[in-house]
Amino acid sequence: MTFSFTSSMIMAVLPEILLLLLGIIVLIVDLLLKEEKRRNLGWLTAGGLLTILIVSLLVARPSEAELVWGGMVRYDGMGFFFKMLFIFAAAMTSLFMMDHKALGHRGEAYLLLLASTLGMSLMASASDIIMLYLAIETTSIPLYILAGFMTGDDRSTEAGFKYLLFGALTSTVMLYGLSLLYGFSGGVTNIYEIGELVASGALAPLLVAGVAMLILVGIGFKVSIFPFHFWAPDVYDGSPTPISGFLSTASKAAGFAILLRLFLVAFPQISLSWSLLLAVMATLAMTLGNLVAMAQTNIKRLLAYSSIAHAGYAMIGLVAVSELGTTSTIFYLMAYILTNLAAFGIVAAVSHVTGSDEIKDYSGLSRRSPGLALAMLVAFLSLAGMPPFGGFVAKVFVFAAAMEANLVWLVVVGVLNSIVGVFYYLTVLKYVYLYRMEDEDEEKHPIPLSLSYAIALTVLSIGILLVGTLFAPWFGFSGAAAIALF
Amino acid sequence: MIPISWYLILAAALFSIGLFGVLARKNAVAILLGIELMLNAVNINLVTFWRYLEPAKVTGQVFAIIVFAVAAAEVSVGLALIISIYRRRDTVVANDIDLLKW
Repeated sequence: MTFSFTSSMIMAVLPEILLLLLGIIVLIVDLLLKEEKRRNLGWLTAGGLLTILIVSLLVARPSEAELVWGGMVRYDGMGFFFKMLFIFAAAMTSLFMMDHKALGHRGEAYLLLLASTLGMSLMASASDIIMLYLAIETTSIPLYILAGFMTGDDRSTEAGFKYLLFGALTSTVMLYGLSLLYGFSGGVTNIYEIGELVASGALAPLLVAGVAMLILVGIGFKVSIFPFHFWAPDVYDGSPTPISGFLSTASKAAGFAILLRLFLVAFPQISLSWSLLLAVMATLAMTLGNLVAMAQTNIKRLLAYSSIAHAGYAMIGLVAVSELGTTSTIFYLMAYILTNLAAFGIVAAVSHVTGSDEIKDYSGLSRRSPGLALAMLVAFLSLAGMPPFGGFVAKVFVFAAAMEANLVWLVVVGVLNSIVGVFYYLTVLKYVYLYRMEDEDEEKHPIPLSLSYAIALTVLSIGILLVGTLFAPWFGFSGAAAIALF
Repeated sequence: MIPISWYLILAAALFSIGLFGVLARKNAVAILLGIELMLNAVNINLVTFWRYLEPAKVTGQVFAIIVFAVAAAEVSVGLALIISIYRRRDTVVANDIDLLKW
């Protein structure tokens, strides 16, 4: 077998190569800087990530989909689109991390963030089950450490521990499924070749369906969909807040990237056997997430349950098993990444000053920090699915895809759930805008925003508005990514 | 030659024992050991399929090597997290690690 380099091989993994380089630079600069100046590593990481984003957009845009590196990685529009989302999310997260008292001045925290982003990028373009497993673990292991990063904090260590146990268990079950898939297919590990085998009937549908269920355990954990959601509230609650934001957005979207590629490329022929199951899982995730979120008094747990519900909404697009469905899921994830990153960023900014994540401590926020309250209004109304914000358009597309696939019952469930969602998002906003602090002296307790928070929240709020109003180009990008999948 | 099904049954049994261990044991270290058993079951699967289906290629072997490299990384992070919990609370019993709930 001859092996030769082509330029597309390098271009296919250019973002990953640059991420690794940036990680090494961060480590070296970390050694050179004095302790009190290490906070600036956040600027370095965010700036480096934005540079990677721009460089990749300029030179590494894929034209024709192509399998490279021995079929391990597929150089296509879908992988590229997700990579850009992850790199953007990581840049925003590193800005949020700067002022965190346990993470901000620790170079290794930024390195772990970059390593995990690298894994996610590979997840987005992995087209081989070996690569897929390796990429999932490359994403997860740094996140386990980041979740338990505050070793002096009981809640954080517990979050890291729980995340590791659930993550290791579910990924092992998935791996067992992958090993069976490798055997049943007679030694084929490429997802696209497995898809052809399934289509030609060389693989018994029942066996494949069984294997798909095992694999679904691992991916279901990553996207925190019912019934693999129970880790999410605990882990989001205990982790450092910027990391919770990263877990609930980029990590979830990476899970969806794999879910889309695996189920729509390898198993579309047996979609009858899994689409109903996924629809039921989406229904239960939405219902449970929204109902339990109503009872929460801690805002991080509220956002965790809401993120379970949002995994359900995004799943609707996949259940439709169509091009519009895939497009709508990708669009939903984009809007969701912007919105939820903003939400967790605001929580991080508030708890940095007040030291509390309780919803009642958000009373009078609109007087303590009007800018923060405005960003919160944008983020929460977008989560609730109100026009003119991104969350509204995303929900419309997902429901449209389900209608097109004749899944009227799923749309009804989704719409009813959105209404429940509006209730608890507005409850939080009621504390922010209508309630006041106990002795009504908000002027004496301002919440100052550092430059990094201000920049990140401004970018995210503008992003939410852009996706919600000028949605045509974004929908075009998502559509191009969805077509590139097949 | 021993039939392939023997190996696959062994792997399935080992996987089930590991899964039982993860679900039933209370000690965090024992839970990690259960996960290791499950990973070894996967490795038996992979090597068996490699040997019986395509001994001329290396795919199965490479997959197995990657699996234990990842398993080692996962377990070292796991033990580190268990140690950080033990230092704070003097326990590694999973039932006592319950600050975060509902």
